Amino acid sequence: MSDTLKSLRFTLLAIVAALFVSAFIIVITDIEALGDGNFGKAFSTLGSAYWGLFKGSFGSLRAISNTITGATPLLLAGLAVSSAFKAGLFNIGATGQMLAGAMTGLWVGFAFQLPAVLHVPLALLAAGVGGAMFGAIPGVLKARTGAHEVITTIMLNGIASFTVLWVLKTEPFKRPGRDDAISKFTEESARLPKLFGFLGDRIDLLAHTGFLVALLATFAFWWLLRKTTLGFEMQATGLNQEAARYAGMRPKSLMVTSMAIAGAFAGLAGGTEVLGLYGYASATVAGDIGFDAIAVALLGRSTPVGTLFAALLFGALQAGGRQMQVDTDVPIDLIIVLRALIVMFIAAPLLVKAMFRVKGDVQSFGQTFRGWGG
Amino acid sequence: MKFELRGITKRFPGVVANDNVNLSVSTGEVLALIGENGAGKSTLMNVLYGLYHPDEGELLIDGKATHFSSPADAIAAGIGMVHQHFMLVPVMTVAENVVLGVEPTGRFGSLDIEEARRMVREVSDKYHLELDPDAVIEDLSVGVRQRVEIVKVLMREAKIVVFDEPTAVLTPSEILEFFAIVRSLVDSGRGVIFITHKLKEALSIADRINVLRRGKVVGEALPKNATEDSIAEMMVGRAVQLVVDKATAQPGDVMLGVNSISVVDADGRTVVDDVSFDVRTGEIVAIAGVQGNGQTELVEAIAGMRRVAQGAISLAGRDITNESPRGRHTAGMAHIPEDRQRQGIVTDMSIVENLVLTRYHDAAFSQGIRMKWGAAATKADELVAAYDIRTTDASQAATTLSGGNQQKVVVARELSRDIRLAVAAQPTRGIDVGSIEYVHAQMVKARDMGIAVLVVSTELDEVMSLADRVLVMYRGRIVANVDPKKVSHMDVGLYMAGSQPAGASA
Repeated sequence: MSDTLKSLRFTLLAIVAALFVSAFIIVITDIEALGDGNFGKAFSTLGSAYWGLFKGSFGSLRAISNTITGATPLLLAGLAVSSAFKAGLFNIGATGQMLAGAMTGLWVGFAFQLPAVLHVPLALLAAGVGGAMFGAIPGVLKARTGAHEVITTIMLNGIASFTVLWVLKTEPFKRPGRDDAISKFTEESARLPKLFGFLGDRIDLLAHTGFLVALLATFAFWWLLRKTTLGFEMQATGLNQEAARYAGMRPKSLMVTSMAIAGAFAGLAGGTEVLGLYGYASATVAGDIGFDAIAVALLGRSTPVGTLFAALLFGALQAGGRQMQVDTDVPIDLIIVLRALIVMFIAAPLLVKAMFRVKGDVQSFGQTFRGWGG
Repeated sequence: MKFELRGITKRFPGVVANDNVNLSVSTGEVLALIGENGAGKSTLMNVLYGLYHPDEGELLIDGKATHFSSPADAIAAGIGMVHQHFMLVPVMTVAENVVLGVEPTGRFGSLDIEEARRMVREVSDKYHLELDPDAVIEDLSVGVRQRVEIVKVLMREAKIVVFDEPTAVLTPSEILEFFAIVRSLVDSGRGVIFITHKLKEALSIADRINVLRRGKVVGEALPKNATEDSIAEMMVGRAVQLVVDKATAQPGDVMLGVNSISVVDADGRTVVDDVSFDVRTGEIVAIAGVQGNGQTELVEAIAGMRRVAQGAISLAGRDITNESPRGRHTAGMAHIPEDRQRQGIVTDMSIVENLVLTRYHDAAFSQGIRMKWGAAATKADELVAAYDIRTTDASQAATTLSGGNQQKVVVARELSRDIRLAVAAQPTRGIDVGSIEYVHAQMVKARDMGIAVLVVSTELDEVMSLADRVLVMYRGRIVANVDPKKVSHMDVGLYMAGSQPAGASA
């Protein structure tokens, strides 16, 4: 069996294992039913919870739209983590890079009056460039001083959050008549069209063409890795920096480039949220997406296609979780538990191996993320 | 005590690592187990140490069948193992390391360090293993660390001591000391299993030699009526050319000029001290020396991976002192690095990718930022065939290759470029006899094509048989420049140790 197939099988088994453990949690926390000794009811809760999860994520066009809406920023931010990781860098800074991209995209979105055909690409470009510039900072710091990117990206997340909080209350970002950290709206011409706009003006279909941007970015990431000298250099540096240096590559400048590319992906994540979903920015525009993106990259093994499917899965869980909460008493927090379990099982391949009595070698499997040493 | 393995078979998915292996060792003798990398030596060793359980066959002690379910059982039965990679805690002292796991304790379970010291001294005095119980491991040389491992084994009262490639990390003089230790172990009534791939050592220390090939014991020999050639033939399965076959060199113009360069390491020590020499086209110059005398730094300076503090380096008359590694590659320098796993290849990348690692930017393999992977794959297939790299598919990861074949990948990549100078550091370290022969032949071939070849090696045999001119490096300086045909191994060995052969003029 090829390595790709093997790792795909383990990923699926990890998801199954996580669903299984979550099911157990749903049953044992259905206190009301269990208190009456009514196991049947507890199991029916489980059934309707998982049915709700499915219905809310893929059961209707609206559900699919919700899944896509959730997956879009996760995919772009996931690429920010995956691409840095391919170059041997652990990018915890997707949040900060998203915020940077959201702000630059937002600014171009309201500061200019342009036809949509120019305004949208220009605003997206600004978002990418904003994220790239912010992303390059930890790259430069590491190349120049050796400061570890895990530390600097986390710190820069804080810096970005508080800067955004301040910027949103100042001119020209401030929304007239509001005192909280919320921006004015972008021009309509800068908004990303709705993905299902061709079906008429349905306000319940939130999915926007930012998803196409994300798919394009996924393809670009694949192309970069597989078809370019830069991608080859990034991967060589990520796998063996000494060998890359020996081969005449320049690991330090690659660090900066790789972080800039990662930042550009995250910047697009922030930009598409502002230009596609909200139409404005608030201090919470990045939410937890930057951190969830780490899990997405881990689940997707940092490959372009893997990251795509992982983001879709997480988007689906998020959309389905809301439905589950509506249909049953199972809180949406269970989705957080479920995601955490998936990541845990991914990180503990031997556990999965033992649970499913899988034969064969799993050594390479647990090493999706290497240590902190880099 | 007699320890015996009878009909041991150990299978792994797709491979029979040990195939009906029989061997025995008694106290008072040294059994050398010799074989190439991948012949099944390590598997066999893990079986007899209780780490693997054989699929078939049995272990016998004094004729009685026994079973090891873990190394603890093996230790209890009197089997001791000195691993190739030492299992020591670097920040602890010798005494602390030696008693680790069997600590003598005082009241309240505190470590009785005085007793630990005494135990170390007792064992080291008994077997003449000079050791300071209070020395910290990280300050000790590799040879001394090995002694600590041996003391550890002896303290656990091993009757049979297994050494896994013990000399791989030792200097020539440490190897001699090590042999003396082995002798004293045997004299004190212990048995030794000595696992190696070095013919000369097996012949000089063993009482009996068992040769392993593809998981089977293919022959047994007594050192007194065996030769290096006969054992090499058993190991490889065909006649092997141990001596490099080459015509007299026809040196031409100076290709590499090294002009009084010095290199300072991170701690501020001068590790290369005012070194000058040159290498001409069509000759092989070898730098001999014990590991750690500045050769590594010298090669890195020549290859552009380390800054020189002073002096100049030129390639075909052009100053390249401040040129980048890439610049030197394009100027015609090939570099076979000392540590292939660390520098020479990216093990998780495919063979194709590794074969273009230093030349992917050539017009043949890329255009702008676009890689031409098709062209790279074609070239890779060509090189795999031409350099006899044993793989079924060049798109597989380099980790799937044996050490010898990984080295062939590096050699193929570097020597197949359009080069004028080849710098090879430890080109045959850790690779099997068949591959060594091949790598040597390639370097001679490069020389005969008019390429200047610089080889750095700690293997004296390699230096003497491969080189047309030998430089000896000691403490950062070149201390001798000799013709290998006119000096003896012994003389070069003396230069390597920092002394002068009798009658030599400096």
